[in-house]
Amino acid sequence: MKTYEKKGDKATRNGFGEALAELGDVMPELVVIGADVTGSVLTSFFQEKHPDRFFSVGVAEQNATTVAVGMALSGKVAVFSSYSAFSAFRNADQLRVSVCYNEANVKIGGAHSGITVGPDGATHQSLEELAFLRALPNLTLVSPCDYLEAKKATKAICEMAGPAFIRFGRPAVPMFTNDDTPFILGKANILREGNDVAIIACGLLVWQALLAAEKLQEVHGINARVINMHTIKPIDVQAIVDASLECKCIVTAEEHQVHGGLGGAVAEVTAKNSPVPIEIVGMKDTFGGSGEPFELIEKYGLTWKEIYASALVAIERKNGTFNKIRQVKDIASYHEGL
Amino acid sequence: MDLKIEFEEKIFENKRRSPDEFKIIANTLRQDIIKSLLLAGSGHSGGPLGIADLMSVLYFGGYLNYNPHEPDWKDRDRFILSAGHMAPILYAVLARAGYFPASELATLRKFGSRLQGHPGLDVKLPGIETSSGSLGQGVSIAVGMAMSHKLVDKDSKEVYSITGDGELQEGICWEAAMTAGTYGLDNFCWIVDNNDCQIDGRVKNVMSVYPLKEKFEAFGFTVFEIDGHNIVDIIATLDKFTRFHALRKGKPVCIIAKTFMGNGVSFMHDNYKWHGNPPNKEQAIKALEELSK
Repeated sequence: MKTYEKKGDKATRNGFGEALAELGDVMPELVVIGADVTGSVLTSFFQEKHPDRFFSVGVAEQNATTVAVGMALSGKVAVFSSYSAFSAFRNADQLRVSVCYNEANVKIGGAHSGITVGPDGATHQSLEELAFLRALPNLTLVSPCDYLEAKKATKAICEMAGPAFIRFGRPAVPMFTNDDTPFILGKANILREGNDVAIIACGLLVWQALLAAEKLQEVHGINARVINMHTIKPIDVQAIVDASLECKCIVTAEEHQVHGGLGGAVAEVTAKNSPVPIEIVGMKDTFGGSGEPFELIEKYGLTWKEIYASALVAIERKNGTFNKIRQVKDIASYHEGL
Repeated sequence: MDLKIEFEEKIFENKRRSPDEFKIIANTLRQDIIKSLLLAGSGHSGGPLGIADLMSVLYFGGYLNYNPHEPDWKDRDRFILSAGHMAPILYAVLARAGYFPASELATLRKFGSRLQGHPGLDVKLPGIETSSGSLGQGVSIAVGMAMSHKLVDKDSKEVYSITGDGELQEGICWEAAMTAGTYGLDNFCWIVDNNDCQIDGRVKNVMSVYPLKEKFEAFGFTVFEIDGHNIVDIIATLDKFTRFHALRKGKPVCIIAKTFMGNGVSFMHDNYKWHGNPPNKEQAIKALEELSK
């Protein structure tokens, strides 16, 4: 059953920026720290509306993070955002000790994340932060799938107590959730029902997962369950266990390295509770490079095609018909057939 | 030799005092440091002993507003020990201020203790404002607190922070200095414990951070260079800071306090080898004997 419909394109960063500006009206304790890229990460919306609660500290992400902690420990809800390459890594020690160990009420925006930041190239394409952030105690970690969900997620993390990180992107991407789509931190959304294979995705890859599911239905009559795992931590264990017990094989998809991200998180849950074959779609342990977002996601296998092929492999593995030696060839031939 | 370690439950009030009284308090703090480190069997001796005079004036001289019976009192001033490894002096001060019983100093660094090796907010020791220990982060947090008070709440709370001088090798310190200067945080007092010692040797030899006065002035601070063991100097300088703040001078204050690591204990005096070690029993007996004179 289809519970979604594409309604144009808009960037997830717009959802983040708009949410902060709106929250500023109703949360007098909300402050935002800027580190020079405010017009890109769209904290500029908040700055324009609430200039007395916006503080630039320049290109100094480490200090920005701990200044936010100081604000939080003085009763504020403090938001800091920069490109994810710098707001998750440059300030890694600050995140670990001062944000997470302190359980400070700091919210970090990881903007321009993933390969789709595009022409800026590998230095700016953060594809590893889920692995690091997922290992930090006390941190809530979200990766919304579209503009509207980014807006809801931003509000949700600002309204909860404690540290949180939200990962979002630069380009306009399909909008397919609506005002009525629930967003509850830690509770995955099932966007499409099905019991042949479960596709668990986050961020940009959720839309690609939906496309893959339609193709699987159309070409093979396969009913794929599509789960939007918008909260990476705490992860929705029940949704994963249900998926593994009912579908008996899983494909994960994320705009992130195949190591340590959503795929890893899902595998940790199934390994303990309900082991099933899992195929992990993501960046294959490599850095990216310059290009347009659509070129890059094709090159690095972050589209519905990779998910589609991986679902067929996962189902074969489930049925015991999969020949390991054929794997690479098969995926290539599935691609050729599309 | 037999040594019985006891912590007398004695609390000092936070009020104006004569210099001699501060020396007595500082020596009580030094004895607490030696005792707790001996019991811990590990930890940092030199730095905590070196800032005992500064801490006695700051906490027991009526400068820092706090209420040990209401640690989260919203009108309190803030003190951030950015050099978190100097935790033994902070714990001694908080105990002597009445935040918790002095007997708890015997638990330093032990399993289940609220007196963590470096201050931790998670164990909820009253009086601790933030976890610290990863150098440079504390002073940046202090800057954030000063901004919150001056620029958001627009109240008159003061924020004090102590960093080591070796700590200034961390780049984040200068990011924090840049921010404090730019925002004119006249409610912020940055005290540099200038003992010229760090684990590997003299700061000037490991990686020089000097000249300090010119650097902080260039970042927009009003800088005072003082003898960190001269009580009269410390009192006069903290008076200047509070006066400047009251006058809204629009500049943060930096106090470069010349101190000696291990001050008060002859065999630790100005010896960087005492940065990260506790005394053994014989050394503790000798130290306590010197400190009780």
